[in-house]
Amino acid sequence: MNGSMTVLRILPEIIFTLTGVAIMLIDPVMPKQASRKPLGWLAAFGALAALIASLYQYSLPVGTAYFGVVQTDAFSVFFHVLISGIILVSALVVLDAVHPDTESLGELFALMSFGAVGMLLMTSGVELLLVFIGLEISSISTYILAGFRRKTAKSPESALKYFLLGSFATAFFLYGIALTYGATGTTRITDIAAGLATSHALPIAVVGLAFIVIGLAFKVSAAPFHLWTPDVYEGAPSPIVGLMSTAPKAAAFAVLLRIAYEAFPQLQNHWMPLLWILAAVSMTIGNLGALRQKNVKRMLAYSSIAHAGYLLVAFTVLSTDGVAAASFYAVAYAVMNVGIFAVISHAGGYEDRLTLIEDYKGLAYRSPLLGGVMAFFLLSLIGIPFTGGFFGKFYVFAAAIHSGMIWLAIIGLLNSGIAVFYYLRVLTATYTKPMDSSPVLNVPRVSAPLCLAMALTVAVTLVLGIIPGRVLSMARHAAETFPVFSTQQTPVPGTASAVMAAINTKAR
Amino acid sequence: MNGIPNLHLWLLPILPLAGFLVNGLFGRRLPKALVTAVAIIATAIPLIQVATIVARFSSLTLPHVERVATWISAGPFHAGFTFQLDQLTMVMLCVITGVGFLIHVYSIGYMAHEDGYWRYFAYLNLFMFFMLTLVLANNFLLLFIGWEGVGLASYLLIGFYVLKTSAADAGKKAFIYNRVGDFGFLLAMFLMVQHFGTLDYTQVFAQIIAHPAWQGGFLTAIGLLLLLGATGKSAQIPLYVWLPDAMEGPTPVSALIHAATMVTAGVYMVARAHVIFDRSALALGLVAVIGTATAFFAATMAVAQNDIKRVLAYSTVSQLGYMFLGCGVAAYGAGVFHLVSHAFFKALLFLAAGSVIHALSGEQDMRYMGGLRKKIPITFWTMTAAVFAISGFPPLSGFVSKDEILYEAFISPGGKILWFVGLFTAGLTAFYMFRLWYMTFFGKDRTADSEIMAHAKEHGHGHGIHESPWVMLIPLIILAILSVIGGWMGWPAGLGGNEWFTRFLAPVFNTAGLSMNPNVIHAPAGAGSDHLQLILAIVSTLTAAGGWYIAHLMYYARPELPELLAQKFRGVYRMLFNKYWVDEFYGAVIAAPVLFFSRFVLNFLIDRGVIDGAGFTAGATAQGFGSLVARIQSGNIRSYAGWLAFGAMLVLVVTYFVFTGSFMLH
Repeated sequence: MNGSMTVLRILPEIIFTLTGVAIMLIDPVMPKQASRKPLGWLAAFGALAALIASLYQYSLPVGTAYFGVVQTDAFSVFFHVLISGIILVSALVVLDAVHPDTESLGELFALMSFGAVGMLLMTSGVELLLVFIGLEISSISTYILAGFRRKTAKSPESALKYFLLGSFATAFFLYGIALTYGATGTTRITDIAAGLATSHALPIAVVGLAFIVIGLAFKVSAAPFHLWTPDVYEGAPSPIVGLMSTAPKAAAFAVLLRIAYEAFPQLQNHWMPLLWILAAVSMTIGNLGALRQKNVKRMLAYSSIAHAGYLLVAFTVLSTDGVAAASFYAVAYAVMNVGIFAVISHAGGYEDRLTLIEDYKGLAYRSPLLGGVMAFFLLSLIGIPFTGGFFGKFYVFAAAIHSGMIWLAIIGLLNSGIAVFYYLRVLTATYTKPMDSSPVLNVPRVSAPLCLAMALTVAVTLVLGIIPGRVLSMARHAAETFPVFSTQQTPVPGTASAVMAAINTKAR
Repeated sequence: MNGIPNLHLWLLPILPLAGFLVNGLFGRRLPKALVTAVAIIATAIPLIQVATIVARFSSLTLPHVERVATWISAGPFHAGFTFQLDQLTMVMLCVITGVGFLIHVYSIGYMAHEDGYWRYFAYLNLFMFFMLTLVLANNFLLLFIGWEGVGLASYLLIGFYVLKTSAADAGKKAFIYNRVGDFGFLLAMFLMVQHFGTLDYTQVFAQIIAHPAWQGGFLTAIGLLLLLGATGKSAQIPLYVWLPDAMEGPTPVSALIHAATMVTAGVYMVARAHVIFDRSALALGLVAVIGTATAFFAATMAVAQNDIKRVLAYSTVSQLGYMFLGCGVAAYGAGVFHLVSHAFFKALLFLAAGSVIHALSGEQDMRYMGGLRKKIPITFWTMTAAVFAISGFPPLSGFVSKDEILYEAFISPGGKILWFVGLFTAGLTAFYMFRLWYMTFFGKDRTADSEIMAHAKEHGHGHGIHESPWVMLIPLIILAILSVIGGWMGWPAGLGGNEWFTRFLAPVFNTAGLSMNPNVIHAPAGAGSDHLQLILAIVSTLTAAGGWYIAHLMYYARPELPELLAQKFRGVYRMLFNKYWVDEFYGAVIAAPVLFFSRFVLNFLIDRGVIDGAGFTAGATAQGFGSLVARIQSGNIRSYAGWLAFGAMLVLVVTYFVFTGSFMLH
């Protein structure tokens, strides 16, 4: 392997790092009163470059770099593209929502770029320690971002909660890695499966896996590890919520997929019931909790818990279909959530002028464009056909039904029914004529970056809802990189599929 | 791509869609000229593209399939956005883009003074998009998308005058009757998925051809359900009642959607699925019987109508019946041929009628017309061409295609009765068309009695009777030429022609090696002869002349006669005038019980009692749980950490049980 190829394997990460550093360097030398928005454009262009670099990575042959700690394959590149895209749209949304004089704006954009580096490393890392470092980079950036409205009481409070609980969860994750190492003698994801086959401490490995699941379940806000979510979303600035409810979660799901299917495929009987329960509990708690919320951001926080539950349903299927459905859902969910937070960030502003569902009354009359886009994303979140949300749910539940998880699918469908109720409350508010006596809802002019962000998210949601075939086949292709699903019939000795084959023959 | 040319078929539907989006989203704010330009360009470019495809058609390997994207893939079932071009599709494409373009042009003049100009053109482009999708599809699911979509566009355009209750009701009626048909279509598709595992034309038909033993049985079921769908869309018995009401829409819409294209979708679909119908004597026979019966009854109803557009509407239903008759005797080529020539002359009839209505400020009642021949000469002459064409006078298009159907019916075993009814209907057709012709253009000028015109004059926007602008007349002239010469491309062999059209379509309907059901009423080889064809042509021409003569007698020579006859045969007249009370019958037998059931049983008992009750209980329960969830959400960070630890404990407990459980299993 030549040297340039090694660099190419972490090209998007390098681009994000350089962007972040550049912003940090330029920010202090700019005049104090000058608008920091150009820095936002720099971040957006960095994200765009990273997106292009990620797409370019599809042309690289599968392989590892830097002593085998990062691996570019169809799976990691799939999530690279997704995360870079989210950062790009989020940067545009932030650009629209903030004022030129918003405090320490430069830092905000730099943190977004640095966070992205962590998330990208999580998806391409095949060494648990690197994954942990990526997780920390991404988490710490989001802790700070959550507390960015320093002058309010709520924002720092949410950041502090997020930080304390997040550290608690990270500890679980780290402990899980340590136990896994103890049981298998390795922290390399690709080697763990082989290590398990010869391990004499299987119970320790199982506990290690459980701890890793706990740590990641916290990051994706799956119940019962969801409690931080509503409080943090409520306090954090809306444009940041759009980012942190999607990109870090997509990365955490990617890690969970990789660990479950590549490192612990033999223990499938152990983690499957666990994730089954997490999925059912998350869907139910998320949807029931959302029913009573009056605050739109809290409602969407519960909704994101429910969506994490739907996504976890796909984990219970041990086939490429399951992994593909999970990856597809991650894309669909990320796009519609970023999209709806783009509208909320604009209408409510960086300072949260609007918080309650009632505040959104008449949005469609003040601005038909914003109202229409909001309605569109609400329909997608419900799962109405011709939107990405529909096919996301369709593939997840179809996969579950195909693998015999009928009851889980039924729980999921019932939950989708409940969810309609609270999404429609926002939708009806948007299209209710405001009373004359009610204070005039002032919606600022829609700026070019927001238009771009909305156009991108709406277009992708439509593409996912009308011609999902391309993305699904990419997701399926990504899933095939896991040795468990490798199509080759003769397993290479020492790999997970060889072990699986051995275990299967033993069982027979 | 292995030398297979890429025709970019996807561009055909996508351009009208783009036109719809532009006009639909921004049309309100755009100037009228721009709206027009967008709509016209969105149909003109597909027309040009179709022309280029025609030019290179002979060099293509057919059917030519172009895959755009995968749409649904669930397990073994796949459906894609895949377009297909073969002779049948080619013919439909020419009709849709050609007539569609002409009607777009005509609409510029006709709709010039209407509010919602942009909305009209947006819907019209939307219709073109779905119609093109319908004929280009290469699987039943995509066809169904087009099928539903044209229904939607039709609904929107029938109810275009949103402030008129009758228009809104007519839109709903059309939609609901179509839903009944769509229900059949859906069930047919479910059956196909169950038996074939796919909805792709190629695969479904290949499977049927590969199994000569499949006769009748489930194929009959599929055929009958497809036929139900076709009767809804193509306004055949029993679902035809929506079409006359659909005349509430603007006249160009009636011409495009309810005469030339959408309503022929049922015929197209039957022809497309002929492999299925060929295996089921019952389904195919029913196609023929329904077609003949519809042709006859609709023609009798047309006789007693006074609204110029309603006469044409019943006439459309009747002519569609002929097309079904053609398909029903397995002469699909003849059915499609009549579809094409009907598209020419019926679009022309509607557009000319629109020109008359336009001239009279909106008057549609023929009792208040008369003597318009000199005042609107171009409209008169073009309409004359259409009247002669539909009545079946040689050598006009209607004669050629209708006679081919009648001939095929005659030579098919047991088809004599179908032929006879068809022939009688042809006489009726000539009668009611010349009745329309005389009442509108000849005799005394009765426009002074028209309330609508007087009203228009009062309000200052009345303007004496005048010929329409050229933008409307040119489409009329082009269609008139087509109505006259359009039939020549299929001139019958019995009259010295070579039947090019049916031979062109023959590869699609090639039944060789298909092992037809022996019971299917299909003409055995050598049943007909050129001689017979000539005799039948003379007979039907004489019949048409007879119809003309009676109309001449009643509505020109002795105008007092109709009144006398109506008095004398009061019962018959009232029955025809009231259209056999079919609407009332449906109202009493179907709608009333359904309404009763919905109001009392569904609404009061089920909806309010059971569902609301259950919903309320469930809602209360859910809210109760919700409040519990909210109470956990105390905001207190220590309790959060506690819950986190509790959750971790839960996970470990579950893991422990699963672990030990699985060990016990081993």
